Amino acid sequence: MSGQDHSDIQSHIRTYMLVFGALAILTVVTVGASYLEVTSGESIFIALIVASVKGSLVASYFMHLISERTMIINILLLTIAFFFVLMFLPLMTTTDASQILQ
Amino acid sequence: MEIPYTVEERPDTGLNNSKLGIWLFLASEIMLFGGLFSAYVFLRMGAPDGAFHEWGQELNIPLATVNTLVLITSSVTMVMSWASLKMNEFSKYKLYMGVTLLCAVGFLVIKYFEYTAKFDHHIYPSTNTFMAIYFTLTGLHGLHIIGGMIVMFYFWFPGSKMWQTEPEHFANRIEVLGLYWHFVDLVWIFLFPILYLL
Repeated sequence: MSGQDHSDIQSHIRTYMLVFGALAILTVVTVGASYLEVTSGESIFIALIVASVKGSLVASYFMHLISERTMIINILLLTIAFFFVLMFLPLMTTTDASQILQ
Repeated sequence: MEIPYTVEERPDTGLNNSKLGIWLFLASEIMLFGGLFSAYVFLRMGAPDGAFHEWGQELNIPLATVNTLVLITSSVTMVMSWASLKMNEFSKYKLYMGVTLLCAVGFLVIKYFEYTAKFDHHIYPSTNTFMAIYFTLTGLHGLHIIGGMIVMFYFWFPGSKMWQTEPEHFANRIEVLGLYWHFVDLVWIFLFPILYLL
């Protein structure tokens, strides 16, 4: 973000306050949802969805990704692709184990 | 020798070098924490059914919730300190950066109480795999908080002299510091539910 005038910044500040409110409410929602009587899989799903929404708000508005240059978005997309590879590595190990057992 | 493109944008990237540099650093940080998140999934899948949830009951949810709110507040005050500079309000910058620093101290103090409560109950990283990954992830996150605090303190007090001579360069530095700090907040947003609530 560069070259904004005062009125731009003032409008950003209003957005920051709204995002702050949303993050605080979503934090309470996350804690409240953990007391719901749901299955383990459902509670993981709910917690990750709420955390992802909170994370998106921080990245989009506080880190200004919503108006950031394409180069940074591309760097992040590449990183996130590798991040998901890391997340799926444990799943691949269980597949290996089940194949060995067969 | 002066570092080029600290204020103006490079024609080829459309970014100043500081911003490109911090985003590349943050990309490496995503992979660092990604490896540990992956280890968490691996350990959780390897543990007996429900064991991770049971071991996690030892953690203090109210304290961690307060810590989450403290860190979110620090993110807002950090972005407000940058916005204050953009509006040429240096005294407000000092105020918001000081509050951010206080929030960071508050986060660590709460973390200290959490850690000491565990140690008093003879709970250590060696107690079980959940505690091993809990202390590793929160410890690494805590080190990031300390790193951020050192830089914040520098820009709050001695480093803020730059505002008098190169205001735009200084505002860019605060923006870069802010990006790092929001990332630390972002990591905690995911750590909180996976460690304390699931």
